[in-house]
Amino acid sequence: MTTVDAAELRRLTRELLAAHPPASTDRTDFLKARFDAGLAWVHYPAGLGGLDAPRSLQPVVDAELAAAGAPDNDPRRIGIGLGMAAPTILGFGTDEQKQRFLRPLWVGEEVWCQLFSEPGAGSDLAALGTRAVRDGEDWVVDGQKVWTSSAHVARWAILIARTDPDLPKHRGISYFICDMTDPGVEVRPLRQITGEAEFNEVFLTGVRIPDSRRLGPVGDGWKVAQTTLMNERVSIGGSRIPREGGMIGPVARTWREHPELRTHDLHQRLLTLWVEAEVARLAGERLRQQLVAGQPGPEGSGMKLAFARLNQEISGLEVELRGEEGLLYDDWTMRRPELVDFTGRDAGYRYLRSKGNSIEGGTSEVLLNIVAERVLGLPAEPRNDKDVAWKDLSR
Amino acid sequence: MTAQTEETVAPDLLYSEAEDDLRAAVRSLLADRADAPTVIARIESDTPYDPQLWKALGADIGAAGLLVPEKLGGQGASHREAAVVLEELGRSVAPAPYLTSAVVATETLLALGTEDGPVGELLGELAAGRKVAVLAVPFSAEVGTVAVTGTLDGIVTAVADAAAADLLLVPTSDGLYAVEAGATGVTVEPLVALDLTRPLATVTLTAATGTRLADAEAARPAVRRGLLAGAGLLASEQLGLAEWCLTETVRYTRDRHQFNRPVGSFQALKHRMAQLWLQVVSARAAARNAADALASGSPDTPLAVAVAQAYCSGVAVRAAEECIQLHGGIGMTWEHPAHLYLKRAKADSIAYGTAGRHRDAIAELMELPAP
Repeated sequence: MTTVDAAELRRLTRELLAAHPPASTDRTDFLKARFDAGLAWVHYPAGLGGLDAPRSLQPVVDAELAAAGAPDNDPRRIGIGLGMAAPTILGFGTDEQKQRFLRPLWVGEEVWCQLFSEPGAGSDLAALGTRAVRDGEDWVVDGQKVWTSSAHVARWAILIARTDPDLPKHRGISYFICDMTDPGVEVRPLRQITGEAEFNEVFLTGVRIPDSRRLGPVGDGWKVAQTTLMNERVSIGGSRIPREGGMIGPVARTWREHPELRTHDLHQRLLTLWVEAEVARLAGERLRQQLVAGQPGPEGSGMKLAFARLNQEISGLEVELRGEEGLLYDDWTMRRPELVDFTGRDAGYRYLRSKGNSIEGGTSEVLLNIVAERVLGLPAEPRNDKDVAWKDLSR
Repeated sequence: MTAQTEETVAPDLLYSEAEDDLRAAVRSLLADRADAPTVIARIESDTPYDPQLWKALGADIGAAGLLVPEKLGGQGASHREAAVVLEELGRSVAPAPYLTSAVVATETLLALGTEDGPVGELLGELAAGRKVAVLAVPFSAEVGTVAVTGTLDGIVTAVADAAAADLLLVPTSDGLYAVEAGATGVTVEPLVALDLTRPLATVTLTAATGTRLADAEAARPAVRRGLLAGAGLLASEQLGLAEWCLTETVRYTRDRHQFNRPVGSFQALKHRMAQLWLQVVSARAAARNAADALASGSPDTPLAVAVAQAYCSGVAVRAAEECIQLHGGIGMTWEHPAHLYLKRAKADSIAYGTAGRHRDAIAELMELPAP
């Protein structure tokens, strides 16, 4: 049904650039104009930053804008909004919610965070215990969330909370949009093993959320959250990763530049990891080619597993290779980095930070279960938690 | 850093439609003529090779001539297609001199670069599946380590598929010779091999005579190239083998019940199979990369081949070992085919250079030297 093709997108992009020359236009004004022209995310509906065009045509717009030196919306800074909140609001939000939230989200005026994980609900997220109790036109929320990136800079949060503890755990959850500036929302930095605090703990005490900020029906929160989590995809970028492009790069360079550090044992381990890193790179490249050819396979589920293990082993080798320098650490100061950079600092930092790679976004153990059951078709383990009221679960 | 550190062109790591069709034809043939009971029965007989299978595979499907240009009677295809055939042969472990004759010997002859005279004629015979030739080197021979110093007098041990060969390609200090396997002064004595599905033999030459195909100077790089292609495409055989082991293990552990549930529902087993799946996925990328590099004549080929061998050898062995362990007792029997795959995988891990030798090659190519 769509009538917007690449030529039309190119024409509209040039029209936008002519009306709002990037060189003389304020960054936010330009981004708002781009949103209103439907060139923000072209596959979104008209009026909500898109033109109902095929998603695959977005690069046409991006390339035109990049060539003209137009500013972007700094997608890494607002990744949770773009990748998780927006598709969920689009899929389950009311018209008012879509109109209110999507534009400032995409422009970057309002940063989003995600209030899902809890101290008692990690891999078993559906067991979450943060309560939302109906009180007139509001819900009153009490509980504790954890591992929340950007909570300290966020205006809004997507939140899942338990609205009916008498139902089995997957059925008594509802999905809300929480105002992070409301009274009762307290954000504390969560210092991690690297010394810095990328994440936060969020304490919710008597937070009142109007029912108009519920996403989807009461009790359907788990289903809505599936949309969010499905969109938490590992981004397989549009470009090829060069050889030695990942964590193996710094180790290989150290090996070449410091003959005095070389031992036979380290040499064998380095070569084995070098091969595994190169093969993982090729597997990622093959996955990219499959996606481009329109034949997405299940291979994607495995890439995070592979990179988590490799990052850990390679950075561990690197600390050892550095010898005396490996005894040192660059800086234990408690910082609040705006962006996560797995390779930006010294070997010791990489070693410690990569420990999280097999935990965040699904532990490797859970991912292995997913591969075994969904890709290989192996039977699930017998479960005893699916039909029990949430309040009767052991904890 | 060397020029080897950057790929020049993006390798094509997918399968084309034509490659998928070829795979379907080969798989159907092997299911028909070389199912597990047939292979088990054959390997202890006097005729481990099935001549009709070779005719159907080599001549009727045309797999023997994939690397050979059409003007010489071949299919004018490439290593990419030959790799697909080898994936299927790895999945079946049927004895067939494909890797040795249609890849290593054929590639060696092609690399001589002389299409007239006996080389061209011989390539035509090989491409048509009418003759089988093997390079008279040990199956463990690595790229660049074959000493081309012998004469037509001497002993070559552990030559793969020599028993199936009509011709032996013998590298000597005087050049590369084609020697008829049945000629006077040639004996081919079968060995008791670990891998029953790829027979080995000792070749003894006693004042044998043959046709000189090339002088020593031309022979050396040609033998190198033949072994490079053999090592690179062996990765695809290892991939197919590993894939069979994983598929069979998943199938078996879904059916097999202990403790009132399928054993495949236990996490301890599931995780092992999921890890293996991840390694098979990775092996596929490495094997396709090597086949594509060989096919396109990429300057990256020596590295792509070394990476594929350094990785896929271990995956095939691990897959076969996991297959036996996760099958439990039945996996230890002669009746179940798992042992054929373990023996093939272990022998393959030595063929054309061990993983460690290929890592050494990578150290040199990537300038990551030993202390």
